[in-house]
Amino acid sequence: MAKKFMYLNRKAPYGTVYALESLEVVLIAAAFEQEVSLAFLDDGVYQIAKGQNPKAVGMKNFSPTYNALGDYGITKLYVERESLAERGLSEEDLMPIVYEDEDDDYAEKPSVQVISRAEMAQIMAEQDVTFSF
Amino acid sequence: MAMLHIVNKSPFERNTLKSCLGHALAGDSVLLIEDAVIGAVSGSSVVAELQQAINGNSISIYALGPDLTARGVKLERVLEGIQVVDYAGFVDLTVANEKTQSWL
Amino acid sequence: MALEIGGKTIATDEEGYLENLSDWTPEVANAMAQAEEQPVTLTDEHWEIINFLREYYEEYQIAPAVRVLTKAVGKRLGADKGNSKYLYSLFPYGPGKQACKYAGLPKPTGCV
Repeated sequence: MAKKFMYLNRKAPYGTVYALESLEVVLIAAAFEQEVSLAFLDDGVYQIAKGQNPKAVGMKNFSPTYNALGDYGITKLYVERESLAERGLSEEDLMPIVYEDEDDDYAEKPSVQVISRAEMAQIMAEQDVTFSF
Repeated sequence: MAMLHIVNKSPFERNTLKSCLGHALAGDSVLLIEDAVIGAVSGSSVVAELQQAINGNSISIYALGPDLTARGVKLERVLEGIQVVDYAGFVDLTVANEKTQSWL
Repeated sequence: MALEIGGKTIATDEEGYLENLSDWTPEVANAMAQAEEQPVTLTDEHWEIINFLREYYEEYQIAPAVRVLTKAVGKRLGADKGNSKYLYSLFPYGPGKQACKYAGLPKPTGCV
């Protein structure tokens, strides 16, 4: 039976390697056909911020890869509203990541869901396995 | 004996910015680099502490532009009163201050 | 390891993938194919997949997993091409590994 796997992302990209490591693990583990979701809270919300450009700090911009998650069957990206607000951000500051719904004539649907801290806690409680980055 | 304080950790992750601001003296400069630049975004919940440092304690606050750009923060989103510098500006700050302290 | 193309030396890793993605040219792909134990002459069908992979990388900054590639090729080029049998007939060493190598991309994430 498919288990519920959640990848919990709490750190900003580029300052540490956690964000990139998490993304790589997600892509590798996607082959195991489990029910996978990604959660972005605390500084992790910056991982899917629009307009990233780390050229001047000498790093690769891996943010376009989040747009490929739909191809890997990962369609649930939960973002915590309170974490955005604490940082002066809103949903408009996030990349509009979408997936194509095979069961609905490949219609593009949003992958990002901005939810409250209470809802996030609930979703965390429903997981079988949580990987923290 | 002005000092340049360098903070590189997000204020939401560690208390280094708070600690630094508690120890910086009037005339000192604080430069936010790497994940610390997240605190410089206007509307963020650490803005009040930064404003107090700038206006109340006469501390100059800087943020490193390339680190803001890396994380998708447009320069117009930076809190008024914080000065954005590039790498050359970083070097100028180390020259302009007699001492440098990194808050790791 | 290295490839010699038109008097220019191009660095590759121990498995033959380019060290610098920016070194890629169509000649590089041809040279890699010719350097196989059983040399491969690249056809339009090969190029269709190689170009597809390069576009995918350009957009998403990753080389797709085989499963993802197969599905995406099917959607773009039709079901008769979006299946393992077709892709393996073109790239017998594995469509992920071999085609990505010719396309100048890194080995697909998670590919061993």
